[in-house]
Formats: sequence, C-alpha cells, structure tokens
Amino acid sequence: MAFANPNITAVAVEATEFPDLARRYRVSGVPKTVVNDTIEILGALPPDAFIDQALATINSQLSTDSD
Amino acid sequence: MGLLAPAEQEKLRESFDEMTSPVRLLFFTQTLDCETCLHTRQILDELPLVSDKVTIEEVNLVLEKDKAAQYGIDRAPAIAVLAQDPSGGTRDSRIRFVGAPSGYEFISLVRAVLLVGGHGSSLTDEQRARLAAVDRAVTMQVFTTPT
Repeated sequence: MAFANPNITAVAVEATEFPDLARRYRVSGVPKTVVNDTIEILGALPPDAFIDQALATINSQLSTDSD
Repeated sequence: MGLLAPAEQEKLRESFDEMTSPVRLLFFTQTLDCETCLHTRQILDELPLVSDKVTIEEVNLVLEKDKAAQYGIDRAPAIAVLAQDPSGGTRDSRIRFVGAPSGYEFISLVRAVLLVGGHGSSLTDEQRARLAAVDRAVTMQVFTTPT
C-alpha cells in the first residue's frame, strides 16, 4: 500500500520485541494493524477487504478532524 | 556461515534475479541495549550474498540521530527499504520493519525488497487506484509476532 501512494507509510512491528508498543496499542492478537495511531484493523484480510476498511477509517478520521 | 540453507539461498537468488532496480536497506542499530540487533544484521547479511542488487547501509541510532529522525525511526533494530536509482540516489519506499525480521517476517522483508526492486505490485490496478486517492499522510503499523 505504501508502494501505491507516497502518502502512505507501512511499518511492520515485531510485537514481542517491543512490549511497550504492544501495550500502547493494546495488541492482544496478531496481525493487528493500527492506522494513524488510533484506528485498528484486526486479523489478516484479503486485499479488497483490507483496503475497504483502511479507506473507510481514514475517511471517517478526515471528517472527524474537520469538525 | 550463513543462516540460510543452500536450497533456500538458491530460491532467494532466483527471486532476486527478477529485480530490475537496486534496493538499499538502511539498517538502524545501536551497540548497547539491543538484544536483536546482531541477529538482524546476520539476517540482512544474507541478502547481498544472493543478489548484487541489494545493499545494506548501517545507521547508528545513537550517533546518527538526524538520519534516524529523517526516516521516522526511534528504536532499533529497524529497517527502511529504499529504492536506488542508477546514479546512486535513493528514494524512500516508506516501508519499514521494526524488530528482527525473523520467521515469517523474513518473507515479508524479501517481498518488500522485490516490490521496491521492480518486481511489481501484487495489488490490482483498481486497488492501487483506490489507494492513490489517499491525499494525506497515513501511517499503518502492522503488529506481528515471530512464527
């Protein structure tokens, strides 16, 4: 996804190595994706479903930010 | 002595042969308080052995704070995947790995190198077009565990 858009940064984090990050983002199962520090996508989804969720959450964050 | 068996090395060599452009991996490390930095370096050292298109550049997180900040890295070990052009310049792919890329994460790292090295995206044109519409900075952190 980062490859498709220069606005997107993708970070793979090894959760057991950094328990502070796992705690901060309340990681209780993997894979878990955290978008912009707040929005969570749980599990490994097929690409379309993942993009659906990611875009929906990014857009909802946009509308919240502009309120 | 390498970490990979000869058969695995050969498979990796075949995959990397399909790369059309070089990739540089920035390896952020620190000497103290980093249990997995040495292991990460050993894993990364496997890659230039199977492809002359992959280079590793070590960045000391403590001594080269500015460079780490430039890539948004604040802990070690971490890896930033960069595309390298023929003149030696680099372009940040904004793909990062934080923690040792062992187990399945090694496969993810290999796939990231292939993607940035011109192997092509696994996403469809439509999926990429949808993503291209994102017009503000988005950071996705994917948490994994070694398997």
